[in-house]
Amino acid sequence: MTHLILPRYVRDDGVHPPLNSPDYRSSALRYPKKPLQLLPHGLTEITGPALGHQQVGELDNDLTRQHEAEPIGQRIIVQGRVLDSDGRSVPDTLIELWQANAGGRYRHVRDTWPAPLDPNFTGVGRTVTDSEGRFRFVTIKPGAYPWKNHHNAWRPAHIHFSLFGRAFTQRLVTQMYFPEDPLFGQDPIFKSVPDPKGRQRMICQFDLDSTEPEWALTYTWDIVLRGTQATPFEGDDNNDD
Amino acid sequence: MMTDPGTTPSQTVGPFLSIGMEWLHDPYVVPKGTPGAFWIRGLLVDGAGTPVPDGIVETWQADPQGRFDHPDDPRGAVARTDGFRGFARSMTNAAGEWGVFTVRPGSLPALDGGTEAPHLDVTVMARGMLQRVVTRIYFAGDDRNAADPALSTVDPSRRATLIAQPADDGYRFDIYLQGDSETAFFAV
Repeated sequence: MTHLILPRYVRDDGVHPPLNSPDYRSSALRYPKKPLQLLPHGLTEITGPALGHQQVGELDNDLTRQHEAEPIGQRIIVQGRVLDSDGRSVPDTLIELWQANAGGRYRHVRDTWPAPLDPNFTGVGRTVTDSEGRFRFVTIKPGAYPWKNHHNAWRPAHIHFSLFGRAFTQRLVTQMYFPEDPLFGQDPIFKSVPDPKGRQRMICQFDLDSTEPEWALTYTWDIVLRGTQATPFEGDDNNDD
Repeated sequence: MMTDPGTTPSQTVGPFLSIGMEWLHDPYVVPKGTPGAFWIRGLLVDGAGTPVPDGIVETWQADPQGRFDHPDDPRGAVARTDGFRGFARSMTNAAGEWGVFTVRPGSLPALDGGTEAPHLDVTVMARGMLQRVVTRIYFAGDDRNAADPALSTVDPSRRATLIAQPADDGYRFDIYLQGDSETAFFAV
């Protein structure tokens, strides 16, 4: 039998928040205490589902057109590309998105803080990236909201993103934040990312050039998934074969 | 020292994951009525022994012949006409229960020239978890488990946490995030 040669996805554990992040109190009972076992990337890990093509509707990326009228709030466009860490685009991949309304309230039975629901806003969208990994959503800017993690705790405005990439190794759920939010400094979820450069990669950029005159502000945000180490990094321990 | 590959960091799905992910809640890896198909059911449990009602379990697997419909499989992609999806998503319910309806995958050629025993890759996410955790489901009584290269790297005292046990309508596989029965998780 010929030797199996598969893509090897870069290991980026240091980029992500530790599962044990005590400042985020809900993590206390939900992180494994025993060490993780390293899993080599076999056929199950380098493959993955191709989702969304049948399920995603044409207007699913426009959260302002899901009801009879438009939602209250600042209309924005959120656009960007899904890339891998080798700089290659990730085409035809499903993106799921969910967020609070302009008042910072989610349309969820367990969100009961006293900000109004908006009958014209569900806060849920999805799309599939194009052949160059591009995506575009139209929505409204979400509000900040309080939570009970610590005294006077507020989540910075954010949008949840869920991505599949092309392989099981690339699965990512994250949150996109907005530039210069004064709430970053007290948010244990944002600050759970250890490296300030990593935190910056969760913040979109205001994009005047792409802003649509007399219609909507545009924010641009590229999402980077793990690449396949096509070019090994210098000093990388690759001498095992 | 790890080089920063410049990837986007993970963040928690938060408490309201269901509004964004429920639409694709589909536990059927194979269509209802598929001959030989069964349920794998279990609980997702936190470190206090409390079921997790705001979690999600996703599974990915080969077909019964050990093949994938995917261009990176060097053996070639197998296009689907039989409704086999390979993927399932189950949001945990109020009692922390999840389940997927599937068939046993085939074994796979392994990187070292050996053979991987039939398994499902599993992603678990929940409020309180800043990134996913990954585990694998193997099947009790499968002779191929003994030579599986991933299972054999796991401490023998913990291997049982990766093996689904027979149940009335299929198999049982509880996932413990912490505690004496903590499931063995993988760095993928």
